[in-house]
Amino acid sequence: MSRTPRVLGWLALAGLATGLGAAFAYAPVEVAQGNVQRIMYLHLPSIGTAYVAFALVFLGSLAYLVTRRLGWDRLAAAAAELGVLFTGLTIVSGSVWGRPTWGTWWTWDARLTSTAVMLLVYVGYLLLRGMVEETDRRARFAGVVGIVAAANIPIVHFSVTWWRTLHQPPTILTPGPSPIDRSLWLVVAVNFVAFLLLFAYFLTRRMEIARLEEEVTG
Amino acid sequence: MIAAAGLRKSYGPTVVLEDVSLALGPGQCLALLGPNGAGKTTLLRILATLIRPTAGFLLVGGVDATRHPEAARNVIGMVGHGSYVYEDLTALENLRFWTTLGGHDASAPRLQAALRQVELDGVADERARTFSAGMKRRLALARVVLGRPRLLLLDEPFTGLDRQGRKWLSEFLLEFKAGGGAVVLATHSLGAGLAVADRVAVLASGRMAVDQSCADLSWEDLRQLYDNLTEGNGPAQ
Amino acid sequence: MTAYARRTWIVLWKDLLTERRSKENLNALVLFALLFLFLFQFALGADRERLQAALPGLMWLGFILAGLLGLGRSFLAERDNDCWEGLLQSPGDKSAIYLGKLLANLATMAVVEAVMVTLFGFFYNVSLWATLGPLTVVIALGTLGLAAMGTLFAAMTAQVRARELLFPVLLLPAQVPVLLATVSATESVLLGEPLSAAAPWLKLLAGADVVYLVIGLLTFEFVIEN
Repeated sequence: MSRTPRVLGWLALAGLATGLGAAFAYAPVEVAQGNVQRIMYLHLPSIGTAYVAFALVFLGSLAYLVTRRLGWDRLAAAAAELGVLFTGLTIVSGSVWGRPTWGTWWTWDARLTSTAVMLLVYVGYLLLRGMVEETDRRARFAGVVGIVAAANIPIVHFSVTWWRTLHQPPTILTPGPSPIDRSLWLVVAVNFVAFLLLFAYFLTRRMEIARLEEEVTG
Repeated sequence: MIAAAGLRKSYGPTVVLEDVSLALGPGQCLALLGPNGAGKTTLLRILATLIRPTAGFLLVGGVDATRHPEAARNVIGMVGHGSYVYEDLTALENLRFWTTLGGHDASAPRLQAALRQVELDGVADERARTFSAGMKRRLALARVVLGRPRLLLLDEPFTGLDRQGRKWLSEFLLEFKAGGGAVVLATHSLGAGLAVADRVAVLASGRMAVDQSCADLSWEDLRQLYDNLTEGNGPAQ
Repeated sequence: MTAYARRTWIVLWKDLLTERRSKENLNALVLFALLFLFLFQFALGADRERLQAALPGLMWLGFILAGLLGLGRSFLAERDNDCWEGLLQSPGDKSAIYLGKLLANLATMAVVEAVMVTLFGFFYNVSLWATLGPLTVVIALGTLGLAAMGTLFAAMTAQVRARELLFPVLLLPAQVPVLLATVSATESVLLGEPLSAAAPWLKLLAGADVVYLVIGLLTFEFVIEN
């Protein structure tokens, strides 16, 4: 039982090492932005992993409401925690990248804004979980909120994007992070795989802890 | 009417009910006795399909209540600790609301008749805020009866009723039984309970200690048993 | 009337009746609208143009705040009067209860919003009369989105401690798209543009409303179970 997480852990470590090496040694220095561009190798896999996590939250929520098996609820909870973590990482890394590049820590551009809103939605989800003590009720409520949260992601995305394009404010129009050259996608991909392995490792560990907690406290 | 076997309810490590079984036919009344905290309310709520048992088998009105609680609810009427009375509405309006929500005929004559049955017709248009606890209980009973249940589950129904009220309730229940309905009532009032019951069950620490027909038990035996249990001498085997 | 419609209607009837009897909710919300306007005036200063420009956003902030106060209390009567289990025990599709509550909430919000819009017109000397038709459409769509999720979350938070904190935390992020859409559409409408100019926003709103409503109808039974 505990072999899978351990194996995943080692794989994740190996993946991260490879990814790091690829990011620093293999990938060339970007012309316009310099070394700070390498943050993209952290930023993009991060948001990708976050989306995977939130997809799992939706799956877990739906599956729990249908089957009433608590394992699904544990999946949703663990995935939500990790999703929030990786989203936070995304925003921070984006911010760190933005400062030297755009001269500002934060900008209300479409992607950043909708990512931040998504973060708030899932933080609310975790807050709800923290406030309901009874296991069954918590799982039910979280299941419903998990579904609402997932439904909201595309709606938020569209509304925020339109808000930025149809609605030019009289402030500096800052563009999103510039696209990455095709040859460098390999490095992003390697790091993405590494992140997914790390995510899987944390996920399985977290779910196991949750299961043990429930056995003890009931 | 009811067939329950091996009912168990636990909240995590806390076991509230353990291996509870009972059977009740139409026209019968079961008095459920037991000290506070014995699990009477929990058992009633399980029978009412308000909560699911952790384990066990429950058949109510011929329906598997654990798998199809909705279907079972159609034949059950419960008056528990919550009175389900909206204080800002009048007695009549309360009845109209609950009866319509339950999908039953809520015509004025029918509602008035129910109020008459529980002797609340005099205050039909008064706001429920002004009612005493006993009156609210009676209103709850009227609400339940309008749903034409075949099984009545009552949690401490005699509390808050004066002597006349108790007499009225006993007669009411006897009439209900005579009409083919079954009753399970949890109570502290030994005397009032036994007056209407055909069977007696005693719940102690989550287990069924006694389950016998009233005819087989003498008053003194039961009194002795009950006193033993409420003094915490453990369940008799 | 079908049985479902009857049950929806009786929940609506009961809520409106209770509201009319107690009057506290509605009066407080209307007073709140008035106070809100004053706060805006004080917060934004005397610059008339700045206020005019911010009007759509302010109006919707007002609606959302009123919604937070009013919607959060949707199931208070059930909780205070110990009627929760009664709802649970009633047979049939529980979504009828959700729908009835939603309609009652919409009615309450409509009254508060009408008052607010009137006060806005009065205090900020804005002629809303000419654009009343399109404005009503936008407000209706936006309020439906607000109330659909608000009613669902109110049922949830009524059973939880610290409900006054949890309710806005759950509702507000979900309202971001509604807010963006309604403010943009309101701006366009108040400028005198026809509804078609705000069509993309209205379509987004309508789409979001449908999604929220469907989720509410389908998941309500899971929220009120015991």
